Amino acid sequence: MAASAPARVRPRMLSGTLGLVAKIALLAIVDALAVFAILLLAGQGSWIVVAVVALVTVVVNVVYLLPGRFLPAKYLTPGLVLLGVFQVFVVLFSCYIAFTNYGFGHNSSKDDAISQLVEQNTSRVEDSPAYRVTVVEGAGGLGLLATSPDGDVSVGGPEQPLQELDEGQYDDEGGVAVAADGWTTLTTNEIVQRQSEIADLQVPFSDDLDEGFLVTADARNGYVFVSNLSYDEEADTLTNTDTGVVYVDGGDGAFVSPDGEELRPGWQVVVGLENFAYPFTSQSFGEALLSVTLWTFAFAALSVGLSFVLGLALAVTLNDPRLRGRNVYRVLAILPYAFPSFLSALVWLGLLNTEFGFVNQVLLGGASVPWLSDPIIAKISVLVVNVWLGFPYMFLVCTGALQSIPEEVTEAATVDGARGWAIFRLIKLPLLLVSIAPLLISSFAFNFNNFNIIYMLTRGGPRMGGVEQNVGHTDLLITLVYKVAFGGEGADYGLASALAIIIFVIVAVISAISFRQTRALEDLN
Amino acid sequence: MRPITSGSRRLLQLAAIGATGMMLVACSGGGGGDDDAGASGGEGGGTITVWMDQNRADALADVIAAFEEESGTTVEVVIKEFGDIAGDFVTQAPSGEGPDVVLAPHDALGNLVSNGVVSPIELGDAAGDFQEIAIEAMSYEGSVYGVPVSIENLALVRNTALAPEAPATWDDLVSTGQAAVASGAAQYPLLVGLDPNNADPYHLYPLQASFGGPLFALNEDGTYDGSDLQIGNEGNLEFASALQEWGTSGVLNLSISQDIAKEQFAAGASPYTITGPWSLEQFDEAGIEYAVDPIPSAGSLPATPLVGVQGFMLSSYSENSIVATQFITDYIASEDAQTAIYEAGDRAPALTAAFEAMPADSPTTAFGEIGSDAVPMPNVPEMAAIWDQWGATEAQIIGGQGDPTQLWTDMSTAIQSTIDGS
Repeated sequence: MAASAPARVRPRMLSGTLGLVAKIALLAIVDALAVFAILLLAGQGSWIVVAVVALVTVVVNVVYLLPGRFLPAKYLTPGLVLLGVFQVFVVLFSCYIAFTNYGFGHNSSKDDAISQLVEQNTSRVEDSPAYRVTVVEGAGGLGLLATSPDGDVSVGGPEQPLQELDEGQYDDEGGVAVAADGWTTLTTNEIVQRQSEIADLQVPFSDDLDEGFLVTADARNGYVFVSNLSYDEEADTLTNTDTGVVYVDGGDGAFVSPDGEELRPGWQVVVGLENFAYPFTSQSFGEALLSVTLWTFAFAALSVGLSFVLGLALAVTLNDPRLRGRNVYRVLAILPYAFPSFLSALVWLGLLNTEFGFVNQVLLGGASVPWLSDPIIAKISVLVVNVWLGFPYMFLVCTGALQSIPEEVTEAATVDGARGWAIFRLIKLPLLLVSIAPLLISSFAFNFNNFNIIYMLTRGGPRMGGVEQNVGHTDLLITLVYKVAFGGEGADYGLASALAIIIFVIVAVISAISFRQTRALEDLN
Repeated sequence: MRPITSGSRRLLQLAAIGATGMMLVACSGGGGGDDDAGASGGEGGGTITVWMDQNRADALADVIAAFEEESGTTVEVVIKEFGDIAGDFVTQAPSGEGPDVVLAPHDALGNLVSNGVVSPIELGDAAGDFQEIAIEAMSYEGSVYGVPVSIENLALVRNTALAPEAPATWDDLVSTGQAAVASGAAQYPLLVGLDPNNADPYHLYPLQASFGGPLFALNEDGTYDGSDLQIGNEGNLEFASALQEWGTSGVLNLSISQDIAKEQFAAGASPYTITGPWSLEQFDEAGIEYAVDPIPSAGSLPATPLVGVQGFMLSSYSENSIVATQFITDYIASEDAQTAIYEAGDRAPALTAAFEAMPADSPTTAFGEIGSDAVPMPNVPEMAAIWDQWGATEAQIIGGQGDPTQLWTDMSTAIQSTIDGS
């Protein structure tokens, strides 16, 4: 690609030889990387990704080599490519996951699940001897040369059951047969090269396949195993050879027995709207989700509202020219904003400890208020801490906005006979809101997903009773999603993605409505 | 200047595109990343990737060097937080880009096996070389998954200045503790690290076991019968009432977190704490004199702690399973490796030869011996949910929020439905 492309370039479009050389060199590097990537991907059989990489590479070459027509694209392409990779792909992938059962026990393909089930249900034949083995190769492929603890030597391959050898037919070294007539012994290097093949090698112990297979896991020791789960490819069923129970593909990404027993691991399948319907099918989870949603709204709205009121009040007060030492107060007011919020949250966690916390011990003289473990008090606590963290920001933006309102407006109002409160309410606040309202909306969206503060302070606790999932009274939707996806071992990525989509829809709708409202404010102006 | 400026902008753009291309390669996953096995190294060649924590990686440096030397295989050690390994492994293994070998706690086994990411390992006669409890812990549904390296469990750590004699009974412990508080020598009768919302079922378990026995009924071979939940039995209801008493009398205190418990004990503020070998370093640094004793029974049964075992496991997605198995069964199972890990981590080794070689008077040995008579932590995958419900209920009982019998019975029913539901 890179070699033929430069011929088509018309140099007159470039601002100098240096630019041309640089462009060709860089395009060559990109193309080389792309070719490398395509070869690698083709080797892995990821054809869709190969197609995407090839397409992007062609587009990039066309855009940068064809003169004139694609000038705007020259500036947009890199951004679009990054947007595609980091935003569009991620969002689409999350949406896809929301429609699958990806999660605990369903984390791979059906083929993987079948081979793992068979492997897990393979057990060593009781009281069978431990063999020392040598990996050999014969006409029919790989085989095992086995020395029993009694010194008997036998050899066999996948198609030929173990056959005892007479002395003289093999060489031994320290009591272990290392070579046999008609078979070539594999070198260490060959063993390493053909590991998967050796690990899959099963040599029948005798003509009767029920007696098991000799298998080696380390190319040195062999044991006789029987599998009590066998896969029938045509019927697509697994049969337990001990009990005779037949497990069929139940359609939900797992093999199930007639009486409903599911085999684990299962595999990933598309389950349609099941994840979205789960809050309605599981009543306890649905109720918990509803209460978490309401609390999330309350938390976000109250956090923004309270910190805005507090920040604005401070800004107005500290904006008064009659106040002396304003800068000192301003610096003090901004301080909470200057600490990393993680640190502040941890400090608050210590302050609010029931027994040892500063608040109970010193401020309340040894009271034992359960700041973070009572459902209602915990909600108040996280709100207070969040307002403490959030008001300096509001203070900053309000101060800025207040200072940008010209003094003349106030003077004109005073001349018209307005007093302080009326000036603030009727003139300054509307003017302020024009510039602050979008920030309030984004602040709402931020607090709606304010994972840090909740996770650092309470981890969502105290826990709600009667719900199977770990849902707490201070959980926000986002911490709930985190717990569903990563909390403990019952990870359920499908449900978590579905919840994440719901969050996205809520935030998007609220933002859209609010921005429309803001436009009305601007019209006032 | 202009050509250079536009050139350098383009450089940035193109670099970004290049990075994108690489990313697509990285995202694609698919087949194994070890196609070039054999290209490097000496006699054998190939590479195996092992996930473990820093502590173990340092301890095993010599053993790994010996393995590389003898097998010609390169070992790529990826250092991870111990607590993250099992979870990350479950998500990464199916991509084919995961490790060949991981170090994980045995109680993650249920999760790992149910997700099909680990392969059983046949230890043969070598299984007999390990402490019995270590092999029990590493077993799941009849197969052994991996080679155990360390055993850890709780015990009673006693400040010998405040309590010169090991308590013979639980009442003895409480009265000694309370006497120390009354005399002003100590501030707390006993320190157990708890969480205000989730208590700590693991740290409270020895006391629970002394009333109600193991969580599940035991099979003949010492493994759990996951279908026979015992948490709601009569003995455990007595335990629930006792919990509330202890909460009221201040023997247990929900405001004492793990960190506070360690700190206060190291500061000599209590004669007793229930903790594991991981706290010893802090106690040594603080310079207090302590002894490790079995936890006295508060009920009629022995107060056995839950034993945690950590072991190296083989990925079922490994394309280097032969070499990886050799590494686990021949090198990790060696006395050198087990002793090195023991010396670096203050936890009793799983290999009996290394276990018996521990100095008789060391606290780690005392921990190890207390653990030998105990039961492993259950490793069924439902444990995650059980811990949550269990802990929240214990916190409510200790905090005096309701009738202990009622709370405990509700919890038992909820846990039973969690088990039935999955």
